[in-house]
Amino acid sequence: MSLILTEEQEMLQDAANGFLTENAPVTAFREIRDSKNPDGFCRDLWKEMADMGWAGIIVNEEFGGSEFGYVGAGVLAEQMGRNLTASPFFSTSVLGATAVQRYGTDKQKEQHLGSICDGSTLFALAVDEGPRHRPEHIEFAATPHGNGYKLSGTKTFVADGHVANKLIIAARTSGEANDPSGITLFLVDADAEEIERAHTPMIDSRNAANIKVDGLEVTGDDILGEVDGGYEALEGILSAGRAVLGAEMSGSSQQAFAITTDYLKEREQFGQKIGSFQGLQHRAAHLATEIEMTKSAVLKSLQLLDDDFESASATCSMAKAKSGMTAQLSTQEAIQMHGGIGVTDEYDVGLYFKRVHVAQQMFGDAGFHADRLAKRSGY
Amino acid sequence: MSDLEQFRAETRAWLAENCPEEMRDGDITAENQCWGGRQWEFQSDAQKRWFEAALAKGYTVPTWPKEYGGAGLSADEAKILTEERDRINARKPLSNFGISMLGPALLAFGTHEQKLMHLGAIARGEIRWCQGYSEPGAGSDLASLKTKCEDKGDHWLINGQKIWTSNADISDWIFCLVRTDFDAPKHKGITFILIDMATEGISVKPIILISGHSPFCETFFDDVKVPKAYGDDNLSVVGEVNRGWDVAKNLLVHERGMLGTMSPLRGATGPENLGGYAAGEIGVDATGRLDDPSLRQKIAQAEIDDWAYNLTVERLNDEANAGNGLGAKSSMLKYTASELTKKGSQLRMDIAGTDAATIGPDGIEYGSLANTWLYNRAYSILGGTTEVQLNIISKRVLELPSA
Repeated sequence: MSLILTEEQEMLQDAANGFLTENAPVTAFREIRDSKNPDGFCRDLWKEMADMGWAGIIVNEEFGGSEFGYVGAGVLAEQMGRNLTASPFFSTSVLGATAVQRYGTDKQKEQHLGSICDGSTLFALAVDEGPRHRPEHIEFAATPHGNGYKLSGTKTFVADGHVANKLIIAARTSGEANDPSGITLFLVDADAEEIERAHTPMIDSRNAANIKVDGLEVTGDDILGEVDGGYEALEGILSAGRAVLGAEMSGSSQQAFAITTDYLKEREQFGQKIGSFQGLQHRAAHLATEIEMTKSAVLKSLQLLDDDFESASATCSMAKAKSGMTAQLSTQEAIQMHGGIGVTDEYDVGLYFKRVHVAQQMFGDAGFHADRLAKRSGY
Repeated sequence: MSDLEQFRAETRAWLAENCPEEMRDGDITAENQCWGGRQWEFQSDAQKRWFEAALAKGYTVPTWPKEYGGAGLSADEAKILTEERDRINARKPLSNFGISMLGPALLAFGTHEQKLMHLGAIARGEIRWCQGYSEPGAGSDLASLKTKCEDKGDHWLINGQKIWTSNADISDWIFCLVRTDFDAPKHKGITFILIDMATEGISVKPIILISGHSPFCETFFDDVKVPKAYGDDNLSVVGEVNRGWDVAKNLLVHERGMLGTMSPLRGATGPENLGGYAAGEIGVDATGRLDDPSLRQKIAQAEIDDWAYNLTVERLNDEANAGNGLGAKSSMLKYTASELTKKGSQLRMDIAGTDAATIGPDGIEYGSLANTWLYNRAYSILGGTTEVQLNIISKRVLELPSA
């Protein structure tokens, strides 16, 4: 298989680029932020995205999806990264749809995939319990109760947790806090009265929630995947999320860099364009190179998710690490090369810088993934 | 069965029959590859048999036209041949600068007579070529070269000096950039000329590098007479007089492409898994992990960069095949590959500690690790320095303004 987009995928890319620059550019994102929109995204826009088939981008046609696979999801995420488009796409259409489509029962698929595709149900994944990503470290308790379980515990940084209709919660059904086995995933209604959701606005102006659950009763029907074997499903969902976040960060890197090279060609100091200074040229050329490397890494991970989902975990880690490093460099350099205006709120580069930082933290930064790969390779 | 499937089946059968077992180690290094040339002696009977079998089939230069010694394969067929060769891990039957650099330039710029004279000899492994570009005063600023070439009617008269001429001491011919016009702007007075190294007035002196030895030489031209015509045609100059820079630029792209596709972090002879190698050398902690967390991070980060680089070679190749030329992006590959090459050998030296920093009993030869590490410093200098690559990316890919 070639490491380039197919004609169909290129058409999707063009369509996404056209739609988002028109309907969801950075100015739209600013408006959401400045109006303190409690949802953190525009519901009308989300409806339009769903109508175009984006909400069900990875969902198979038999369930009403557009079946574009993870490459398709990445193509969209990259354009969203370019435009800083805020939407429930990541939590619902990538994490939620992966969880249900890959690990759900037939009944769960029937029940949820349709409403993911039409945009009416929003999902959120509740994994971490502290400020750093540690997916094995699950203390959130699921204790046997009657025929089912009782859920109690807390979760932090649940992206879109404040608006979600459904929560996927990683809970411990057996074993110790750092044990990958003994974890079970539950799919529950987010507005149950035993669930308390504290809205936590983030520096990237997206929204998340801290979640506290106190004695929520669930049954076997609410389990997603295997009892005690939920880590495998969690890994799969996180892998998909990492690759798509990689695509989003790749898009943000490209756009922050494009804004910066435009500025280098136009800004004059000492009587010449600052882009003629070798000190800046070499940094820009290095960054351009890293951006090319990142594109390849991200596309490979997305293709592998489509081709052989089970084997994609390490590759998705590498893509997340590489795209995270590049995005950090790209947005840091964007600010520095803009000089004073780079640190003003009025200029967009700071918005990219903030978004990329949160995306880096989400599901593990470059250091986390490097260590994970080292461990997998036996060192 | 389609034509290509048929070709694959035939190629597979041909390789099975003709490639000796000993040549299926995939191990192509400067030391064991078949270079050819007047001074060439085969290192083994298997190497000779493999070369002769390939030659008979036109497979020393598979894509070149048959009349010039090749097999005239299409791009698709050549890809199949490479795939089938890689599948059994076979070495290339012949590899040298004539094949990878001069050949493509002659195919693009040479006359029919020049092609007849030189391409066949390259294909048959008879002539080994070296490259005369850099001069003591013309490194990164190559176009400022000063080796003087005067028109003396029936011959060219050459005086000057070249440096970093790889393997000049064991090469038969040299392709050279010389100055034919000292008054024109520097890029417009350069000519690309072919010279027999046996010509009177040429002398060669090897250069010793920090690694203790090297393939590099200095090459001196002292009243060297290059005949203008071998028979009726001027066969010495490739392209037009004073337009040699166009030929050189074309050739540099081939050189960068070639440098860009080597496996950088581990190198041809490095360990499969740098982290595993480190754990073996340094030991593991109580949890079974490499007992040096900082090295662990450095190695894993470098592995990620190496992986992304290899994918980028693949992706840019796929894009080139789909019609979007590689162009100046080859500089991104050259830049990244040479930096990763240095990083890999630096990591291996760091892993081995003082063991690798010890000089052997003869006082000159370093251990192979140190040797590679020292030689690898040259990667970001030769074929255009890292800084030159970054200049090219700025100018040609990003189109940033010039000073």
